[in-house]
Amino acid sequence: MATTSIDSFPATARPGGFSFELHTRNQVLSSRGAAVPRATKTGTTIVGVVYKHGVVLGADTRATEGPIVADKNCEKIHYIAPNMYCCGAGTAADTEFTTNLISSQLELHRLATGRQARVVTAMTLLKQMLFKYQGQVGAALILGGCDVEGPQLFSIHPHGSTDKLPYVTMGSGSLAAMSIMEAKWTPDMERQDAIDLVDNAIRAGIFNDLGSGSNVDVTVITPEGVDVLRNYATPNERGVREGVYDYARGTTKVLTESIRSLVEVVDGDAMEVE
Amino acid sequence: MYSTPSTAPIAAAGPMQRRVDPYADNGGTAVAIAGEDYAIIAADTRQSDGYLINSRYAPKAFQLSDSSVVACCGFYGDATALASHLSQRMEQYQYAHDKPMSTPALAQMLSNTLYGKRFFPYYVHNILAGVDADGKGCIFNYDPVGSFERYRWQAAGSGVALIQPFLDNQVGFKNMAQEANPPFLPLEKALQLVKDAFTSATERDIYTGDQVEIFVITKNGVEKLSYDLKKD
Repeated sequence: MATTSIDSFPATARPGGFSFELHTRNQVLSSRGAAVPRATKTGTTIVGVVYKHGVVLGADTRATEGPIVADKNCEKIHYIAPNMYCCGAGTAADTEFTTNLISSQLELHRLATGRQARVVTAMTLLKQMLFKYQGQVGAALILGGCDVEGPQLFSIHPHGSTDKLPYVTMGSGSLAAMSIMEAKWTPDMERQDAIDLVDNAIRAGIFNDLGSGSNVDVTVITPEGVDVLRNYATPNERGVREGVYDYARGTTKVLTESIRSLVEVVDGDAMEVE
Repeated sequence: MYSTPSTAPIAAAGPMQRRVDPYADNGGTAVAIAGEDYAIIAADTRQSDGYLINSRYAPKAFQLSDSSVVACCGFYGDATALASHLSQRMEQYQYAHDKPMSTPALAQMLSNTLYGKRFFPYYVHNILAGVDADGKGCIFNYDPVGSFERYRWQAAGSGVALIQPFLDNQVGFKNMAQEANPPFLPLEKALQLVKDAFTSATERDIYTGDQVEIFVITKNGVEKLSYDLKKD
């Protein structure tokens, strides 16, 4: 009986989800001592708040690879639709690709329906995808936007559960940020009060959580439009460097030099051109 | 894709073994440079556990006498216990020999103390700094069980991989077309390098930050300087 590999299935019959064909090989490799490559995580503090006229989203800007800061100013608030943005915590690649994918699907949906997309639609697309992958896609998201139903805020966990709430925090700095939220959030806040609350909540994460740091990004979404306030606050400017570390010419020793001519230069008459 | 249900019998609950992990990694970084007539040793003051900060001011460099300072990076419980133990032994030495313990003598004693716990180690990476009998700066680098060697520059702790190559290049002039035996640096230049090393390590290492304490040891005694670092 001939064995059939998964690639020989016609596209319509191919099962979805992850292929686990490499699982055995990975186990053998790690039992022989090969290190498993680690995905970049964002550490992260992300928050969202519903106020009188819309939604305010906030995020820090540090991306970590273990104990090392990989990116000091990355963007964690992703565009989903003209009326919706999504903060992402967890595995950086997962949040990036997941939000791009759903944004793309939503645009096609918008063209097909001829209407402004609803926040619940994006939420449903995201949760169904994340549940399908059983938590293997490490994306913890805060989705906020304004549509015909008004301003809405959702938190979405990697396994696919969702919560509809007036204020949410996620990421390793979520406890620090939530302490600020619980102390200061009130219903029907004004715009600047909401922005100040988000700023303070993110700062709590930046200074008290080692996985979060650098700057505060804020995005304000109202029925009228969106204000992307990238680097709204920069409370962590770099310490001034005291020394000058330029290298003089000749610091790197030239050991051998080899010069090859690519063309042969020959003196002669100019070429005739028709 | 779906595994067959296991048919192995469930083991009856038998003798169990509980384990407590006696160590923790509290992070932090230390740097030391030895000069012609001085030694500088610096350590940040952040103490952390995972993603949490336990303290923004928990000094890691301990002044043991007018001529010696030791910095201990790793498990803070063992760092304080070791510093306290060394301090007591130095006092006993003073009474027994009617003179303070010199830095090279302390260096050997620290090594012996660490090896004494070879089978339940002090979970710390130590750097000892001071001036030797000739008044020249000396620093000694240790592993957790007491292996030590005298160096002219060394880093330790969570930021070691970020700082050591910088020091190798700027203090030792490695990988540059320079003479084989580099001259000693003047004190101001060494201080500037240490400060820049810490501001740079703070940028990229989450366990380094808050404040740095720099000890300058000369034959006249020990001077302590403090600088703020980023707190994020």
